[in-house]
Amino acid sequence: MGKSKNYLISFLIILLFPVKSFGLIEVDITRGNLNPLPVAVSPLSIDDKSKKSFEKLLKKKNIGSEISLIVENNLKTSGLFNPLDKNAFLQAPDIANLKPRFEDWNLIKAQALITGKVSNFEDKLRVEFRLWDVLAGKEMMALAFTTVPNNWRRVGHIISDKVYERLTGEKGYFDTRIIYVAEEGPKTKRIKKLAIMDQDGANNKFLTLGNELVLTPRFNPTSQMVTYLSYFRNLPRVYLLDIETGIQEVVGDFPGMTFAPRFSPNGKKIIMSFAKDGNSDIYTMDLENRIVEKITNHPSIDTSPSYSPDGKYICFNSDRSGYQQIYVMKSDGSNVKRISFGKGIYGTPVWSPRGDLIAFTKLHKGKFYIGVMRIDGSGERLLTENYYQEAPSWSPNGRVLVFYRETKTDDQGKGFSAKLWSIDLTGYNERILKTPTDGSDPSWSSLLSK
Amino acid sequence: MSLPFLAKKAIDLPPIVSIELIQITEKTNIPFAPKAKKTIEKIKEKEKKLVSEQAPPKKVKKIKPDSIPMPDDKLKKVEKIIEDKQNPEKIDDEVKQVSEFEKKELFDPNNIAALIDKSKEESAETTKKTNKVTQDQDKNIQNTGLTLSEEDALKAQIFGCWSIPLGLPYNENLLVRIKLELKPDGSVIRSEILDHARMNRPGQGFYKVLAESALRAVKLCQPLRVPSTGYERWKELQLNFDAREMLEG
Repeated sequence: MGKSKNYLISFLIILLFPVKSFGLIEVDITRGNLNPLPVAVSPLSIDDKSKKSFEKLLKKKNIGSEISLIVENNLKTSGLFNPLDKNAFLQAPDIANLKPRFEDWNLIKAQALITGKVSNFEDKLRVEFRLWDVLAGKEMMALAFTTVPNNWRRVGHIISDKVYERLTGEKGYFDTRIIYVAEEGPKTKRIKKLAIMDQDGANNKFLTLGNELVLTPRFNPTSQMVTYLSYFRNLPRVYLLDIETGIQEVVGDFPGMTFAPRFSPNGKKIIMSFAKDGNSDIYTMDLENRIVEKITNHPSIDTSPSYSPDGKYICFNSDRSGYQQIYVMKSDGSNVKRISFGKGIYGTPVWSPRGDLIAFTKLHKGKFYIGVMRIDGSGERLLTENYYQEAPSWSPNGRVLVFYRETKTDDQGKGFSAKLWSIDLTGYNERILKTPTDGSDPSWSSLLSK
Repeated sequence: MSLPFLAKKAIDLPPIVSIELIQITEKTNIPFAPKAKKTIEKIKEKEKKLVSEQAPPKKVKKIKPDSIPMPDDKLKKVEKIIEDKQNPEKIDDEVKQVSEFEKKELFDPNNIAALIDKSKEESAETTKKTNKVTQDQDKNIQNTGLTLSEEDALKAQIFGCWSIPLGLPYNENLLVRIKLELKPDGSVIRSEILDHARMNRPGQGFYKVLAESALRAVKLCQPLRVPSTGYERWKELQLNFDAREMLEG
């Protein structure tokens, strides 16, 4: 009996205290390099016949190379990828497209590889592309597009979006447009036109002639519709412009001043601030029945409203605490909460399409900052600082902000300029957007192809 | 005139690009459809042949020498051979599993609850783990079996190989655990993501991206800088990739 008792005890001991040497060794990897991912964008291969036909049609010598350049440029400007020098490529595009020799691409330290083929298919542009994981030696994605040849730039953007999505886990933002106010002339006599361009600055077009002052264009998140302000007999009016048809209309005549119109997430309402008897409050207008609803009712100045992507909340600007600060409320106007408590004054809050952050402009000690904070006001991060900058607008994936920055005029009143800039959430990847004229008040469209 | 003058040029909006899908699956799955077709054809041919041929010796052994094979028996055998040679059926099972999984996830409310519970458990597990990290040194001595300098050498090597995907959100719980089987020289025989199922779950795109980056790091780094002695200790190794610290900073 005694023996069996001992056995039982030792069995229990074994059960309770497992021997450590059997445990698997664990090593925590908490650091890595934050360098952009090295990616090789092989020029898309093209057969001679297609090459000649597209050269004639599009006036581009090698449309395969041109498309791959767009992809390369997009990936580079995102700051997340490092496209490698094409001169170092060991494999020709036509062979790489069939089955890459991964060792060759490994040798030049590429971790991802993009190959593809362009052909003329019944007078249409057919583009195939493949994304390869070089280290694992396997294909990650393969797609083909057929379209009219003139669409070649968009094909490049769509490929970039697909690659971006596959490698980062979130949707891209390359097949998009930016609408902005193009500015020309001296500061005191600026001509302002509505202008639109692709996200990379290509295909710039002016939408208005510049006879009237235009302000604050904003994209509808669900369509190619834009709302903006324009002055008529010195009074601002809210307009709607359908970019696809060119048709525009006045949303409504308001006796006072209207500011900063913006669409609701479903595109069916416009939210704006509107000054009546010297007091600014926030109003919405239903675009179907044109019913106007007052959302805030406070003696202070309430401006710059922006909906959360689910449409349940609104962030806005108010000086009800004495200084201009950011507030969040339910979309019916209840439950108003102040969320900005840092030093300085805050303006132009914009809710991220991802829902997690609110971007803003901050003025503190004579400097302007573009920053982001969580929707409860915590985690404020200032991304960029400058003499004068404002009006951030989110890329549709909520990773990049586009805004505008002005330079100082000198003693003779010269040297003034306004340019569009972009910055990503890391705050490191800041870029100027090339526009033919000066630009301000940019607004980023949603993805054109969904 | 109440409307602003528009530029006379019509806005040239190109029509929407049509997208034709070739394949977005991993390489191993790509040939499924054409291959299946071929194998089915092959099987059909073989079926014809096999009916007239004798069964392979292995199978013959099982048959009692005295008994005369009945036609039914023969048919069964043929079927079995087909099963052996035929992958599609296996794959079919796999496919079914996937669809069952999806079905459950989509339609069975109890199961959704179970899944949520599971994810809670998982997150609890990982948070526990992060607490442990603060006692890193203790863990080294007691659990890992690697000395500090051995572990540092390995960590330093992998730090250099791991390109953290920069687009990841910093506020999500993303921890990728990879189990490695190593050769004595540190080269990798096998690498396995421990919560592999999470990779293909809907809404886990970021996890998949991180897991792939971790696998790339291991591949890029090998042979790993392992100690020169004590192979038995570290022939199996678990690496926990956690990018939060880097992404937050």
